[in-house]
Amino acid sequence: MKFTRRDVIRTGAAAAAGVVGSRLIGSPAYAQSAPTYTPEEGATLRVLRWSPFVPADEEQWIVNTKRFTDATGVQVRIDKESWEDIRPKAAVAANVGSGPDIMWVWFDDAHQYPDKLLDVTDLADYLGGKYGGWYDGGKGYATKDGKFIGLPLAAIGNAIVYRDSWVKEAGFSEFPKDTAGFLELCKALQKTGHPAGFTHGHGVGDGNNYAHWLLWSHGGKMVDEGGKVVINSPETMKSIEYAMELYKTFIPGTESWLDVNNNRAFLAGELGVIANGISAYNSAKTSDDPKLQEIAKDIRTTNLPIGPVGQSVELHQTTTAVIFNYTPYPNAAKAYLQFMFEAEQMNDWIEKSAGYCCQSLKAYAENPIWKADPNNAAYARASDTLRPNGYAGPLGYASAATMADYVLVDMFAKAVTGQATPQEAIEEAEKRANRYYRV
Amino acid sequence: MRSMVEGAPTKEKRMASTTVAEAPPRPPLAKRLQESRGFLSFGFMLPAALLLLVFLTYPLGLGVWLGFTDARIGRPGIFIGLENYEYLWDDSVFWLSVFNTLLYTVSASILKFMLGLWLALLLNENLPLKSFFRAVVLLPWVVPTVLSAIAFWWIYDSQFSIISWALIEMGIIDHRINFLGDPTNARASVIAANVWRGIPFVAITLLAGLQTIPQSLYEAATLDGASRWQLFRYVTLPLLTPIIAITMTFSVLFTFTDFQLIYVLTRGGPVNATHLMATLSFQRGISGGLLGEGAAIAVAMIPFLLAAILFSYFGLQRRKWQQGGGD
Repeated sequence: MKFTRRDVIRTGAAAAAGVVGSRLIGSPAYAQSAPTYTPEEGATLRVLRWSPFVPADEEQWIVNTKRFTDATGVQVRIDKESWEDIRPKAAVAANVGSGPDIMWVWFDDAHQYPDKLLDVTDLADYLGGKYGGWYDGGKGYATKDGKFIGLPLAAIGNAIVYRDSWVKEAGFSEFPKDTAGFLELCKALQKTGHPAGFTHGHGVGDGNNYAHWLLWSHGGKMVDEGGKVVINSPETMKSIEYAMELYKTFIPGTESWLDVNNNRAFLAGELGVIANGISAYNSAKTSDDPKLQEIAKDIRTTNLPIGPVGQSVELHQTTTAVIFNYTPYPNAAKAYLQFMFEAEQMNDWIEKSAGYCCQSLKAYAENPIWKADPNNAAYARASDTLRPNGYAGPLGYASAATMADYVLVDMFAKAVTGQATPQEAIEEAEKRANRYYRV
Repeated sequence: MRSMVEGAPTKEKRMASTTVAEAPPRPPLAKRLQESRGFLSFGFMLPAALLLLVFLTYPLGLGVWLGFTDARIGRPGIFIGLENYEYLWDDSVFWLSVFNTLLYTVSASILKFMLGLWLALLLNENLPLKSFFRAVVLLPWVVPTVLSAIAFWWIYDSQFSIISWALIEMGIIDHRINFLGDPTNARASVIAANVWRGIPFVAITLLAGLQTIPQSLYEAATLDGASRWQLFRYVTLPLLTPIIAITMTFSVLFTFTDFQLIYVLTRGGPVNATHLMATLSFQRGISGGLLGEGAAIAVAMIPFLLAAILFSYFGLQRRKWQQGGGD
């Protein structure tokens, strides 16, 4: 009997389904049968991903890829770029119609060139049906006009990272859950010499995460459902006033911070509280330096405090795996993603990511990594609580450009540093946002 | 006289004899082309012309064209005339970037010129270990910009700056300097980093110029009783001016189009206080996806660059100016 690639894929999918059944207790049975994608003759794939923050994430992805190659014979080359270079690289690939077959893109990148991406609705529907459905946040970034233009891969959770002993020393037996209590804690930490620090500079991840949390937790939003700019609101004013009070308690210089400054200062013992991905904790935990290991024992994580809106609303970074439609091997690319999203591979990858990558499919919330360390728990809900960029308007070039131009980050930075009054800062942000939303 | 005229063959006779004689066979086209100076010159220049056309003219032309379109990433865009420029005209961040770019270029260029010339004059003296010092001076220029930018990033860090640490240890200041957080400090810091990096280029080029000045001129001037200042003012400076013009033209162009230093150090922050036109163009065009607007910002740099080049070629190279006269 001769086995074709098609048979191998089908067998692999069936085997994976069996594994899921045994590993994911409680995951809903899927009604949809597995689609089969027969890799084209002589197919090879090139994947471009962001450089890992947790080395084991990349190692496991490569291991999973090798499994795919062993099963199908399709060679896959994995390249990586610093995560800030992903957006321009993807942009160039989309524009010139040449480059990697598959790419991991950020936020609303996929919405900037939806017609350059392969429709993967059939695959997404199958995976969603099999693994408990996609989280809405990730799905929003990966769908356009009801079609999947990519597969939501992960959310990179952002959470409060703090020194437990210093919080207790400041008189707080537990970390405050609301914004008012959080301000009091920051004031107390400043007095005890272990201040907080949140990025007001052009940090793509940390700067935007903080600014969006400030705005959304107070009920403000950049645009309404129709894409009309509504940043000039009493809620925004309240968020700025709150940010100004908070800023007074920060370590000096946060307006110059890029993405790495807060981690660096926190691990050097200069800061009591920051907001970050789990990488800040992991780098201390896995360090050979006894001093950092001591710090790791004192580190706790929790979700950002809830503001007047009464619910947890955060931006979080999201990454989507897209296939460019210029690829000569669309079936091989789909087969690859299908293979990588199946439980046998995906569970291993999420586990090795050590809490850095939060699942995009609900069934994977049962992954043991989220209970392996109490500090991982704050990152387990990232996909569930994330709110898309440009909320509450449509995703597209305007939302992407508004974020890329740091409109919100600058609004807060301008007001807290006294370069403009809160009203002036809001009006400038409104004017800048209107340019992108073309009023 | 008459006999001479008669004896000489007339024009008609010469022509007749030429016509009668067997015409030499016309060489084949390939051989004629091979021997044609014009064709050979054209052939030798063709590779360079093609390179310029493909890698310079086409991208520049495309950039100018994109500036007149609403092209976005993944969408070719349509012609919208001057709309991008109209938007930029009302854009405070764009004008801030123009101001920053001019401030950055003018300040850094003046400092680089003064310090570079000073260094060149020092290195032109007979110092011990002269070659060693000349090599060392080149180091900032040799180190990749990104690496030196990362070094400055640490030097200017709001928490770990070695400058702040040293000054605090010496008791000169009691708190850390907010190098990149305060707009004025941030501008001064990025200019200082650019000056550090750019001095070697100016110094070594001017040093090369200094070494072409004949020693006899200095000896003659010294015999005439010229002071050190007069030697510099009336011998060195006039003869160095053509080199200064070229060097500073390049230096101004490099500085005006700087990108890496800002991108690594501040990414245009705090609150756009250090955004240059090049970094803003990248932010809007690539990160933001608005290729048309990004291209328009880049094209808006061209008039400034042309002005710098024209000033250099038609100004600094004027003989009257070089000789200390006015127009």
